[in-house]
Amino acid sequence: MFVYSDNAATTKMSKTAMDTMFSMLEEVYGNPSSLHTAGQTARERLEEARKTVADCLNADEREIYFTSGGSEADNQAIISAAKAGERKGKKHIISTKIEHHAVLHTLERLEKQGFEVTLLDVGRDGIVKVPDLEAAIRPDTALVTVMFANNEIGTIQPVAEIGNICRSKGIIFHTDAVQAAGHLHIDVKAMNIDMLSLSAHKFHGPKGVGALYARKGTALTSIIDGGAQERGKRAGTENVPAIVSMAAAFKEACGNIDKNAGYVIAMRDRLIAGLEKIPHSVVNGDRENRLPNNVNMCFEGIEGESLLLMLDAKGIEASSGSACTSGSLDPSHVLLALGLPHEVAHGSLRLSLSEYNTPEEMDYIIEKVPGIIEYLRNMSPVWEELESGRREHFID
Amino acid sequence: MLYSEKVMDHFQNPRNVGKMEDADGVGEVGNAKCGDIMKMYIKVDDEGIISDVKFNTFGCGSAIATSSIATEMIMGKRIEEALTLSNKAVVEALDGLPANKLHCSVLAEEAVKAAVKDYYDKRGIAYDEKLFAPGGGSCCETPLDDCELRPEDIHIKPARQ
Ligand SMILES: Cc1ncc(COP(=O)(O)O)c(C=O)c1O
Ligand code: FES
Repeated sequence: MFVYSDNAATTKMSKTAMDTMFSMLEEVYGNPSSLHTAGQTARERLEEARKTVADCLNADEREIYFTSGGSEADNQAIISAAKAGERKGKKHIISTKIEHHAVLHTLERLEKQGFEVTLLDVGRDGIVKVPDLEAAIRPDTALVTVMFANNEIGTIQPVAEIGNICRSKGIIFHTDAVQAAGHLHIDVKAMNIDMLSLSAHKFHGPKGVGALYARKGTALTSIIDGGAQERGKRAGTENVPAIVSMAAAFKEACGNIDKNAGYVIAMRDRLIAGLEKIPHSVVNGDRENRLPNNVNMCFEGIEGESLLLMLDAKGIEASSGSACTSGSLDPSHVLLALGLPHEVAHGSLRLSLSEYNTPEEMDYIIEKVPGIIEYLRNMSPVWEELESGRREHFID
Repeated sequence: MLYSEKVMDHFQNPRNVGKMEDADGVGEVGNAKCGDIMKMYIKVDDEGIISDVKFNTFGCGSAIATSSIATEMIMGKRIEEALTLSNKAVVEALDGLPANKLHCSVLAEEAVKAAVKDYYDKRGIAYDEKLFAPGGGSCCETPLDDCELRPEDIHIKPARQ
């Protein structure tokens, strides 16, 4: 059996998205900035796509800017809000310890430029505490950026509450909704969101394309200079086939949120129930406020990369927050933020599902994982220490 | 594929996995915090020849593969010869490792040395301390490191049996 269960990393394109992309590539090759018919046809399709994306978020089409993906949208949103704040003498930014690196590294760069950044802790459940956020707000706070849902542990953050607080205090609120878009209901008006990032390849659209929503009146700084595309906020000839394909995928995903969620949640919970039976295992992140597709667990005494390689040999494709898989030296900053010790965080497994998975595949995973864990534990000196009592179990 | 066929073979079919109750030398290197621990057991006969080797490893695919091949490379060798096993030889025997995995091979070299050192200590055999200068192969031990480990946390730890 072959099971692709790494949908938080990227998804397979939907039939709709692919058909749209192919027909665009074949037929609509004009440059939207050109005056002739071919150019204007491309312009029309581009603007239709903008309207589609806006409708899915309850935004206005003039509030949508196409980008090369989630990372660029995050960079531009944060840099724009920082520059706008700086002009008013506000140089404080609030975010969380569990953001994606596209946010964290942008914030690090701003810190070097004299901004002050407060990174909020999360609880053991992987959710930001709203009172902590309120307490962190200062008169010079220019921006609050908190992700909609976490990419590793799937926890859904209290976005509407945070939006409400920020709006009442006149602070710009950005949310990285890369993992949420197309999977959870998003209403930028009702949730008081000023800026939002999304990326097509997380909802069965193409890679390398995304969008930034910026509420009317939110000043944007362009980070790529050149032509006047995207109302002067993002230079470069638009990737029209990818953008139109993204819009098709987004519309499809948003139209099926409840249907897909019901189906995927059932598989997620089946998988968790099956894997939880493994001794000394723990589910990371809140079980309720969680993306429908996310399973993230730690298994004591093993290291994630070897687990992934063994799963891959059985046709199961997943991911891990172990340092050894990423080439970085520390395990996932998200798992560490939950308060897990390094050695436990190394033994993490993320399985992220989609509506293309089946319950049979879940049973296959449940059948294969325990044996692999046992095999790896049997050759693990850490497990030996845990079992002999020389090292204390962290997970019961 | 990230790894060579040789690495995958040793990862998927590791040689000499296990523990040894009556080992003559046991070495443990690495740090669980870094995600890598290798434990090497050796049996040495009266001629000073390594007659049996076993290993246990907590770590990535490359850590398991380097331990496995290191056991093969010292099996049947004289103890002095085992001491000359270099991480470079381990990498070559595996047809190479990705750059960010090279330290796993250092760990394998250190594990062998730690086991030999333990054997010398147990038998009361005198040796040159310089032979066992800590190398530092753990994941956290690479120069670009930002892992908040202190050097004394890593390196060769006396094996606890
Ligand atoms: C939460 C989050 N933010 C940002 C990104 C970056 O998106 P992209 O790969 O489109 O640049 C990702 C995915 O990789 C993500 O999961
Ligand atoms: S044990 Fe971490 S990279 Fe090999």
